[in-house]
Amino acid sequence: MSRLRRVPIDVWFEPIIILVVGIGYFAWYGSTTLTSTERASLGWANLQNTILQHIKLTVVATLIVVVIAIPLGIALTRPALKRLEPIVVNIANIGQAAPAVGLLVLFTFWLGTGFRTAITGLVVYAILPILQNTIVGLRQVDQRTIEASRGIGFSAGRTLFQVELPLAVPVILNGVRTALVILVGTATLSTFIGATSLGTLITTGVTLFLPKLLISGAILVGLLALIIDWLGRLVELAATPRGVS
Amino acid sequence: MTADVTSEPAPPTPERNVTGVSITLDSVVKRYRGQDEPAVERLDLEIEPGHIVAFVGPSGCGKTTTLKMINRLIEPTEGRIFIGGRDVTREDPDKLRQSIGYVIQSGGLFPHWTVAKNVGAIPRVLGWDRKRIAERTEYLLDLVGLDPGTFADRLPKDMSGGQQQRVGVARALAADPPILLMDEPFGAVDPITRVRLQDSLIAIQHELGKTIVIVTHDFEEATKLGDKVLILSEGGRIEQYARPEEILTDPATPFVEEFIGSGAKLAYLTVQRVRDVAYDTVITARIGESSQAVIERAKAAGQTWVVVVDAAGRPRSWPSLTELATKPEVSDYLDRRLPVVARSSTLNDALDAMLAASQGAALVTDGRGAVVGSLGIDSVTETIRTKLADVRSDQEDTSYETYVDGTDPAPTPVVAADDELGSAGQS
Repeated sequence: MSRLRRVPIDVWFEPIIILVVGIGYFAWYGSTTLTSTERASLGWANLQNTILQHIKLTVVATLIVVVIAIPLGIALTRPALKRLEPIVVNIANIGQAAPAVGLLVLFTFWLGTGFRTAITGLVVYAILPILQNTIVGLRQVDQRTIEASRGIGFSAGRTLFQVELPLAVPVILNGVRTALVILVGTATLSTFIGATSLGTLITTGVTLFLPKLLISGAILVGLLALIIDWLGRLVELAATPRGVS
Repeated sequence: MTADVTSEPAPPTPERNVTGVSITLDSVVKRYRGQDEPAVERLDLEIEPGHIVAFVGPSGCGKTTTLKMINRLIEPTEGRIFIGGRDVTREDPDKLRQSIGYVIQSGGLFPHWTVAKNVGAIPRVLGWDRKRIAERTEYLLDLVGLDPGTFADRLPKDMSGGQQQRVGVARALAADPPILLMDEPFGAVDPITRVRLQDSLIAIQHELGKTIVIVTHDFEEATKLGDKVLILSEGGRIEQYARPEEILTDPATPFVEEFIGSGAKLAYLTVQRVRDVAYDTVITARIGESSQAVIERAKAAGQTWVVVVDAAGRPRSWPSLTELATKPEVSDYLDRRLPVVARSSTLNDALDAMLAASQGAALVTDGRGAVVGSLGIDSVTETIRTKLADVRSDQEDTSYETYVDGTDPAPTPVVAADDELGSAGQS
């Protein structure tokens, strides 16, 4: 119960913003009349599809990043592979330092256009936060706790899964949340390589000078980012073991 | 030194139950890559079953390395280690460690698990059923002096350092291992708590008869806890391995002499136990008893104060008869500054406890913390006086009277404050 009373500000403040902006936008959406060109993009069926495509891009890319980066991070903190850590982190760093648009466009030369290429580009772009946080999260676990675990007879694997990972969960999930938010924003760029996303609304809005599309795209991406960030925060709170502040 | 100076502690009772096994180190060497000098060079050691052996020495002497080689947290480069006559150097290290209790500083508890889950860690790995684990946990928490009802569901962060340390011991004993290894277990707690933990460990050892190896940098702790003390110098070289009294009275090497310090003559205060001196009986009162009845009982026994105890006989306060008369029934008031020592505490601990509480006496408790009497500061000083007299009469050194003038060329020893100039002018 005491946990509920001490709910951090970001947990209840963020949904208020989301609700205000969301209700405002959909009130406007319901009352405005669209021209036929606008309806081609902003009609409910099309809009729904665009939003779902955007979410799909984000979620699929994040899942792939999680599946790659967390095991990689774990491997790089094991004694046998510790030496490789700076090299791998540097490579991941290059992935993130390169401009996202450039990265996506470069990948089209190799993989062609479409959903898959977009996913590949996004994955490369978002590996660093999760990889880095997995490494940091595991490293901040008190060495004495690990020593005690091995000392009482836990095997290396048991120590990893029952002691190290649970204690690293808050930091790792923080990395996942960061990656998700980065990906929601970056996914808009994949429209340049032929994958549908909310970026499509923005680019169409810019090229045809249709402010309604442009603003809708921008607001919806923002809302989506906020919602995902908030959900991520909730998961983080729920998954953080008691006793770890 | 003659034998009378050696204060013989109460000899261990012969029927004491021993569940521990022997540990033998056979020419064990530990060499680290990139270091010329080995951390431990050819160590042979025999630890008898049911004994507490304290490893002590300056930092870098290899005491922790040696300890960790016993449960193979550190793999020996050469040599063999036998536990209960079984060569464990080639066993599966995880299995081996499950059969050896291990305690580190501050307990090393898993911060994300409750006390009960921490204690049950190894039984769960061994596949015990839930009921057995729950019973074992309850028994162990009680054994280490924590109320299972209060503490079982607590998280480590909600407990004091001393309490965490107790849970660490309970966890180490969970699978009933014959051996307990402790790496500077009481290094991070305050002195009073440390004394309590030490007494508690002695009581547990007395009850269970495990073989315990404890690493410490505190020589006093080593003499108090150890049936035998192993003094190591750099490179894991054995300087002396003997009973504490023997080390104090007959240091084997100059290194030992320097290590135990010049206070060794008075050091039997750290060997002499409370149970070895006469302590007084006390009148106890249970919470809720009629004050009048207690006062009458005390007066009949000629006492001016009583000890209020809980259901387990553990002391809560020691009111005077006047204080007692202020309430119709005996109160459950808890005096947090009550000086309490165990029968196994050293006289040194008892003095500390009295000084810390600014009291002229301390209560004496048994292995489970129940009050058995009180020890006055007079008894302690009396013991010191007798011992000092013994030491003096014992010294074979010449005295002022017997000295033949001019036979000692030694210069006057200089004892001077190094931050002051002499007042009598420079020479």
